[in-house]
Amino acid sequence: MSKKVLLNSKEIDIILHRLACQLIENHNDFSETVLIGLQPRGSFLAKRLASILTNDYKIKDIHLGLLDITFYRDDFRRRDEPLEATNTQIDFLIENKNVVLIDDVLFSGRSVRAALTAIQSYGRPENVELLVLIDRRFSRHLPIQPNYRGRQVDAINEEKVIVHWKELHSKDAIYIDNK
Amino acid sequence: MKQQLSVEHLLGIKYLNKNDIDLIFETANNFKEVINRPIKKVPSLRDITIANLFFENSTRTKLSFELAEKRLSADVINFSASQSSVKKGETLIDTVNNILAMKVDIVVMRHPNVGAGVFLSKHVDAKIINAGDGTHEHPTQALLDSYSIKEKLGTVKGKKVVIVGDILHSRVALSNIFALKLQGAEVKVCGPTTLIPKHIRSLGVEVETNIKKALEWCDVANVLRVQHERMDIKYFPSTREYTQLFGINKEILDNLGKKIVIMHPGPINRGVEITSDVADADQSIILNQVENGVAVRMAVIYLLAQQIKR
Repeated sequence: MSKKVLLNSKEIDIILHRLACQLIENHNDFSETVLIGLQPRGSFLAKRLASILTNDYKIKDIHLGLLDITFYRDDFRRRDEPLEATNTQIDFLIENKNVVLIDDVLFSGRSVRAALTAIQSYGRPENVELLVLIDRRFSRHLPIQPNYRGRQVDAINEEKVIVHWKELHSKDAIYIDNK
Repeated sequence: MKQQLSVEHLLGIKYLNKNDIDLIFETANNFKEVINRPIKKVPSLRDITIANLFFENSTRTKLSFELAEKRLSADVINFSASQSSVKKGETLIDTVNNILAMKVDIVVMRHPNVGAGVFLSKHVDAKIINAGDGTHEHPTQALLDSYSIKEKLGTVKGKKVVIVGDILHSRVALSNIFALKLQGAEVKVCGPTTLIPKHIRSLGVEVETNIKKALEWCDVANVLRVQHERMDIKYFPSTREYTQLFGINKEILDNLGKKIVIMHPGPINRGVEITSDVADADQSIILNQVENGVAVRMAVIYLLAQQIKR
């Protein structure tokens, strides 16, 4: 087993700022835009982006929500390990808003499919975009592609992309792990 | 925490452990958020069919279960004994097997006989949820009661809870005693001595026959209905006397010097065990119990459905 560093903390920081700038380019002052982090892991990325937008680019009143998709997944009763639900915190309506779904790694696309269903419970969005930090090419089970991507990776299915956030693991880093 | 229940059916609180209760409450928290969304429905159980078999009258429990099942996108069939072949002499197992032949995954059952759920779980191939078996257990009611206490007071552990009224005929009382003790609460029961089971102390609860003393002691009073329909003999001289001795009114509560939480599993006999101003006071969480009932039942159904293999 070997673990290779894909991105170090400095590279991650540059990518996060680039993603923030791309969001600003398309969403101006964010008055009609909401950021939704997919629980559990997408929430770290979403919070980080929201804080960059607020602190570095002085955008006020960012609407940030966290969405749990457990009850919308398509593998309920099909896994050996039971699914673990986390909290959803969305205290605004998304009717007619531009929604940016945020997750750390895009792999099969099934989580995003579940999130697209789940988000409808909060109203009918004007449009929905997808932002991911790592886009694993050639591994999709569904026709889903990101609008914003941090880094595209050609990893084979047996390899695992591991994201460490400093909030949890003392420093930011992304690894590829081949078993 | 382990993400799976230790039991295959929900037959009573006495079969659960503390971990099960914590898991049900955590899952219920998530569902409580779901039922407060603009669209209150999740697709988790869209390939599960649930039969609600009510061999005894029920309004809120049946509605609550049905709503919980529908909020989870399960297919639901309802059955009540008054309109069924039970009247024509069919046995319980035959009735249920006939329903299961239609490919039902989960059975929610209320039955007037003690142990009906346990009996069924041994003879049919479906998940059984006991929605009340005679004077024995009513596990989902006890779970939602504890969940409501936890929501209001932050924890159940160490809280003093008095269960007031007809303990003898109450499945709510027995399930509540099991649930509260499991979570580390102190429990007293209060009511006419004729309506308190002889060996109740063996469950680790104390008996108090003076309502004022009981209320002064407690943090939470769970007030039960007098179940006239289960009384084959007279247990107290008159309803008026019961109200005078055990009825809870505003005056008693105002003289306590502290604000206790008032609960009632319903249906309320206003003016008998509890007066209207108490039932509608802001220290009463009776309607929160009803709302929490849907979330807790969603959690129980979801966690049991998780065990059904495809």
